[in-house]
Amino acid sequence: MPITVPAYGKEAAGRLASMADVTADDGALRRFLHGLPGVDAVGLEARAATLGTRSIKTTAKAYAIDLAISMIDLTTLEGADTPGKVRALCAKGSNPDPTDRTAPKVAAICVYPDMVATAKEALRSSGAPDIHVASVATAFPAGRAALPVKLADTRDAVAAGADEIDMVIDRGAFLSGRYLEVFEEIKAVKEACARPDGSAAHLKVIFETGELQTYDNVRRVSWLAMLAGADFIKTSTGKVAVNATPPVTLLMLEAVRDFHAATGVQVGVKPAGGIRTTKDALKYLVMVNETLGEPWLTADWFRFGASSLLNDLLMQRQKLSTGRYSGPDYVTVD
Amino acid sequence: MTFDYAPAPESRAVVDIAPSYGLFIDGEFAPASDGKAFKTVSPSSEEALSEVAQASAEDVDRAVRAARKAFEKWSALPGAERAKYLFRIARIIQERSRELAVLESLDNGKPIRESRDADLPLVAAHFFYYAGWADKLDHAGYGPNPRPLGVAGQVIPWNFPLLMLAWKIAPALATGNTVVLKPAETTPLSALFFADICRQAGLPKGVVNILTGDGSTGAALVGHPDVDKVAFTGSTEVGKAIARTVAGTDKRVTLELGGKAANIVFDDAPIDQAVEGIVNGIFFNQGHVCCAGSRLLVQESVQDELLEALKRRMRTLRVGDPLDKNTDIGAINSAEQLARITALADAGEAEGAERWAPDCELPGSGYWFAPTLFTGVTQAHRIAREEIFGPVLSVLTFRTPAEAVEKANNTPYGLSAGIWTEKGSRMLWMASKLRAGVIWSNTFNKFDPASPFGGYKESGFGREGGRHGLEAYLNV
Repeated sequence: MPITVPAYGKEAAGRLASMADVTADDGALRRFLHGLPGVDAVGLEARAATLGTRSIKTTAKAYAIDLAISMIDLTTLEGADTPGKVRALCAKGSNPDPTDRTAPKVAAICVYPDMVATAKEALRSSGAPDIHVASVATAFPAGRAALPVKLADTRDAVAAGADEIDMVIDRGAFLSGRYLEVFEEIKAVKEACARPDGSAAHLKVIFETGELQTYDNVRRVSWLAMLAGADFIKTSTGKVAVNATPPVTLLMLEAVRDFHAATGVQVGVKPAGGIRTTKDALKYLVMVNETLGEPWLTADWFRFGASSLLNDLLMQRQKLSTGRYSGPDYVTVD
Repeated sequence: MTFDYAPAPESRAVVDIAPSYGLFIDGEFAPASDGKAFKTVSPSSEEALSEVAQASAEDVDRAVRAARKAFEKWSALPGAERAKYLFRIARIIQERSRELAVLESLDNGKPIRESRDADLPLVAAHFFYYAGWADKLDHAGYGPNPRPLGVAGQVIPWNFPLLMLAWKIAPALATGNTVVLKPAETTPLSALFFADICRQAGLPKGVVNILTGDGSTGAALVGHPDVDKVAFTGSTEVGKAIARTVAGTDKRVTLELGGKAANIVFDDAPIDQAVEGIVNGIFFNQGHVCCAGSRLLVQESVQDELLEALKRRMRTLRVGDPLDKNTDIGAINSAEQLARITALADAGEAEGAERWAPDCELPGSGYWFAPTLFTGVTQAHRIAREEIFGPVLSVLTFRTPAEAVEKANNTPYGLSAGIWTEKGSRMLWMASKLRAGVIWSNTFNKFDPASPFGGYKESGFGREGGRHGLEAYLNV
């Protein structure tokens, strides 16, 4: 499944440039972010819950399951990762169901920077070079390192062949109101994503929404990242107690919708952490469908950051094709 | 390929509708004395669901006498004993909620999503809530040992058939009254199923009597000399007729009538949630809601942004089969109601307001009306003044909070209102100025058995729900 790189029209670039004044200085940026419409928590959560009751069956379910598989950033982010583990994951990502070759491939393999080269090589040799390699850089998951270290981490991953960079923002700077600092950091990392040939790795900006706590913060940080040039906005690292939730993801989808309306620039969304079941994944797809619609219902613009979700999707897929539930021994453990 | 949701219809097999039903009097089903009956149809398909009896004045008399006889024993029971029956009814409603939700959607046309997620949980909650009051009436603030009134004659509308039944019957029984209830002509089935639930709960005979019939049955019930209390929810026109009937008698009366609620959106409102609230305010239950937010008052500075967001949201509303779990808007309850909505919408256009509706394919049979928006509406337009009772929203604008208050209150009605703002002080200031029984802030159409509900002006008088709801059934 080829993943395209967005090419913005001149008009969009112009409209984005016209928003440059809101990032002129700390005060302007603060006024802009605090001028965004507020978020009513009760209403947001009620809307997310209502979308979660949509009933997806038969043909729609089959379509949605394959779509969800194709949107997965299959992830291993453990201190104990080895080349062997990463190669096994790449094999699984390129051929998720050995018993059914019609199962789609995942969108990307997500690893630490030192495993990028291994993943690239493994995907090439398993005949799936079109699967992207995403690398969490910038002192993931805490983000507590000096900027030069974060930029070096990023450049290192890009040099090793990473197609996508998942950066974490400095939550400390954001929570203490140093918005321009966060903005400049995202811009710097985006520049570090550039390759010598003029192309650039896709930049996903991770907010760690569980640490930002309030919905107002989530809307502000979404706009902040999009103004700084994020290609994707991503909920969380998967390393904290509260990761992606339906209300937070819905709010980010709404921010992406409003940013697109204001600038013409399309940005992707990636909920990550804690999405383990097909039922959950379908709820997220319904949110995308009813908030952003068809243009975002592809792996180019929506991803799931997940490791165990894939197996549940495969089991549900087998159930749809055979009429029977199989079990965990009928899918691979990698 | 696109993400088209496959049909997900709830099974009809969970509900067993008999070909015909009698009147429920003194614990037994019996045909009407003169043998008359009429059909009830499913508004989404025009299919006849069943035939129900048309109660005559003689049947009304029999039911009132049964209720009078039962009153002696029922009112003498200790509150804790009455509570047991109410708790039992509440639990049976929960157990049978899927069946009742499907039945309600079939007979009324409302989407199963709403009957399942809103109506039935609230119905059970009302019985649970008033069951809790039954043995605590001494502590309700109406003095020691407050006494019931006697026989309550209750007439309910077709928009929330089972919920309105619960609002009427639960407080009446908790306080020791007995009941003769007439459900609406187009939606009698869930009340008849409730009669069966009363039997299942072992409720003493005659405590609850259900009479199906049309307006003449309702008039006979309201006018019956041995009825002590009249409770009515429905149109202002019928409410006025009832008020005339009971005037000069010693009957107590509560009326919960029409509305034309203002839903006021300020420029600092949480826009995305306000859009949801507007949608919920006017398109919930096809707009068949007396407290619907049918007049949107939007501050001029955010008008364009808000209307664009609202139209975008309206395009995602799914209109169709009420039994499909993915349906947002079901069928209009009857051909007469559809004609009334159509006539008022046409008047809106004729008077110069701009009409907009999303492209949506309406089913071939049944009664349907697409969710509709009117912009450029002024206070002088009929669609800004008259209750439409359908999925039709009139949009007006204002510039200052004072103007919003003035326009919101400039209506013969006063049932509900909504305020959308992030500023707490403004919200409280507005709430104290608005002449409406219920005022929601940053939400709309939220109900709770503990919260009193009722109107100002032509929206009626008396309160239902909460501690206040007890007063209407006690001699205080």
